[in-house]
Amino acid sequence: MTTAQTVTVEIPADPGLLRQLGTAISRINAMCLVELQKLRHDRTELITRAVQPTLWLLVFGQVFTRIHAIPTGNTPYLDFLAPGILAQSALFIAIFYGIQIIWERDSGVLSKLMVTPTPRVALVAAKAFASGIRAVVQALAVMIVAALLGVHLNIEPLHFLGVVVALVLGSACFCCLSITIAGLVLSRDRLMGIGQAITMPLFFASNALYPVQLMPGWLQVINHINPLSYEVEALRGLLVGTPARMGLDFGVLAIAAAVMISVAAALLPRLARG
Amino acid sequence: MSDVTYLPAVRCTELRQQFGDTVAVDGVDLEVAPGEVFGLLGPNGAGKTTTIRMITTLLKSPPGAISVFGVDVARRRTAVRRLIGYVPQQLSADATLTGRENVALFARLYDVPRRNRAERVEEVLGEVDLADVADRSAKTYSGGMVRRLELAQALVSAPRLLVLDEPTVGLDPVARDGVWARIEQIKEATGMTVLVTTHLMQEADQRCDRIALMHRGQIRALGTPAELRDSIGPDATLDDVFRAYTGDRLAENAGTMRDVRAARRTARRVS
Repeated sequence: MTTAQTVTVEIPADPGLLRQLGTAISRINAMCLVELQKLRHDRTELITRAVQPTLWLLVFGQVFTRIHAIPTGNTPYLDFLAPGILAQSALFIAIFYGIQIIWERDSGVLSKLMVTPTPRVALVAAKAFASGIRAVVQALAVMIVAALLGVHLNIEPLHFLGVVVALVLGSACFCCLSITIAGLVLSRDRLMGIGQAITMPLFFASNALYPVQLMPGWLQVINHINPLSYEVEALRGLLVGTPARMGLDFGVLAIAAAVMISVAAALLPRLARG
Repeated sequence: MSDVTYLPAVRCTELRQQFGDTVAVDGVDLEVAPGEVFGLLGPNGAGKTTTIRMITTLLKSPPGAISVFGVDVARRRTAVRRLIGYVPQQLSADATLTGRENVALFARLYDVPRRNRAERVEEVLGEVDLADVADRSAKTYSGGMVRRLELAQALVSAPRLLVLDEPTVGLDPVARDGVWARIEQIKEATGMTVLVTTHLMQEADQRCDRIALMHRGQIRALGTPAELRDSIGPDATLDDVFRAYTGDRLAENAGTMRDVRAARRTARRVS
């Protein structure tokens, strides 16, 4: 045992705005690196998560190509579908993050992260972009399956970079939606129920499976406020060359991601307390 | 940066916290001196963890209520976080990463400079005796090793205040001694302050310089283990002190279902 003593302690200065931005970027890098390390250690998840998109392409895509039920102009239906399945695959991964953060709360990981000198917004942004990294790796697997099925994907460097950005922004948005719901419901069971209840409607109320023109009016309205539709449109434009409003698509995705990161960050203390 | 000498390491003044109708912390005044091992004891629901969560910035506190080395927790949270290393009650190491990756993540989160990050990670893994198994997945570690790994995560930033919430829950006596031996070695070498909560009276008696006994959100007794024992009687143990100040009956609202589940889960994982 020791007796109390006087010590000299260096008190860190409060960071300025630039330093805070640097901190946020550093935290995003750290979390993305951890995500890649996890994927390296356990590749089975990559394979198991590729099963569902493969089935969509292999079964749904090929059957609907043969029956010509969905008019997609000069673009073969499988080519039309592939970017939608990429976005769906990323969405399903991102929605899982709310469950993960509740697990992190229950296991003390969230508390430990929140005691580090990391602003809440940076912590949530780091999680959001880490989900994007996982989505990109997953998308590569789906793109290989699509190519094997004869889908003609444009993977020129600039287009591929655009695909990465669209996937990361879309995943960040849906990951934070999931964290937001986690912050509201606070329990894993309730989140799983709500997650399942919103994932498929988000998917079906988007242009992932069929052109917007085929939708009834009320569904078109929902499609216009669904960020997944803008993600699919950007991916489709970049990968198969269909008409896309790139500025609008990336603008909506960036704003949706920023808004959802802010909302999720505001609910993080409630989640940690919960 | 400025060099300033401060006493105490932690100061709480009239600290209060209320969740709905439940008063978790009810006017706690507390001073932890730099360099000491300070134990916060009490039954479930006594307010220990809430107090710790307020000191570590996890729960909000009013300005002026808590300072860490003179820094106001409410006003300068980020500065306070840079002074603190924290080990929660649950086993919180990431089982899908290696020991080294677990520590390296926290080195990044605490802004350990890149040029000496790898060296610092190696050094702290050595301090907790995990250097030889650093590249093994954490899921292959025993309970005692996981606790030492968490200690390495908390120590990688060379904190001035180490906060441990039930650090030895579920560990066998040998593993418990192993964890404490590392804490004491590092404390001797660096002069850091240790704030610990525990249920184990013998552990508190052996390891803590001073103890605060909490019950129903208030501090009921404060002093060195010897002073507390003497306050009850000549042959009293710390268990007797605990019973005398908290009563034999458990509080009706002692711990939530989730607390109990978390404690059981931790005990299962370390056994």
